Amino acid sequence: MHCGKYIKSQTVKLCIVVLHIDGIRSPLASRCYSHAKVETDEEFDARWVTYFSKPDIDAWELKKGMNTLIGYDLVPEAKILDSALRACRRLNDLASAIRILEAVKDKSGPHKDIYPYLIQELQPTLIELGISTPEDLGMDKL
Amino acid sequence: MLHLTAGRVGGLFSRRAVVGLTNSGARMSSHHEVSDQVDMSQPMYWDRLDTPLPDRAWIDVLDSKDKSLKQKEKGPWTALSKEEKIALYRLKFNHTYPEMKKPSHEWKTVIGGMFIFFGITGLVVFWQGHYVYPPQPHTFGEEWQAKQIQRMLDMRVNPIEGFSAKWDYKNKQWK
Repeated sequence: MHCGKYIKSQTVKLCIVVLHIDGIRSPLASRCYSHAKVETDEEFDARWVTYFSKPDIDAWELKKGMNTLIGYDLVPEAKILDSALRACRRLNDLASAIRILEAVKDKSGPHKDIYPYLIQELQPTLIELGISTPEDLGMDKL
Repeated sequence: MLHLTAGRVGGLFSRRAVVGLTNSGARMSSHHEVSDQVDMSQPMYWDRLDTPLPDRAWIDVLDSKDKSLKQKEKGPWTALSKEEKIALYRLKFNHTYPEMKKPSHEWKTVIGGMFIFFGITGLVVFWQGHYVYPPQPHTFGEEWQAKQIQRMLDMRVNPIEGFSAKWDYKNKQWK
């Protein structure tokens, strides 16, 4: 116990000495990054699923949520989209549900395999709620 | 949401202000406006790839057929036919994503216009050269130029790497 304290005080002294020698230059390992906590992917997904899961979500909140989500540099996970589609159902808004699917397909950009995967994941929800994909309605063609 | 239609507001403000709130119709301003003014204080519609859900629907004045379709939308969507689903989409949105992304033929107009203006400019330059420019100085003539070159060679202009260096003085020709 006593030994440990002694060693600790020595290393502290060493640090101070290093800083003093370096002068204005900061020690090697430190960078000017923010010390804020970085949100993990799971936390991000959970936050958005919760947002759209609000039972009495209103039309404005749905619009705001979707427009914000599409503004991010990512394609939303299937569970977020599932939550959003169910929000459309609560708002009796089929058109927006189809629009969301279109937006997600556009978001995938050159990665053509993302959209079919998402549709596959969402298939149970689409069948349950009776949402047709743009492809089913022939709206993916000009 | 508060829907302030022009009619409802009529009771609160004077007629002049009510007209100002409408999107179209007679302008009561002092100068004549040619274009339609968009009322920026009202929710707007847009077709944007990066903002899928606009502030208002494309068609918000519904006739009885649309209204009954909207009522049906409140029930299970499995009961809707494909045509009804498409109709509901078209009520709320103007263009689909593929329609938004459709390429236009504008580039042909742009390139064509460019070439037309190049052509006109070419004609102007040609006309200018013929009618505007004064006669060329006499120093541009064939004979004068030949004498000029001979003089430069005699002076040994740039003899190491330039003009005279390219002349073969022994054989009296260019190298």
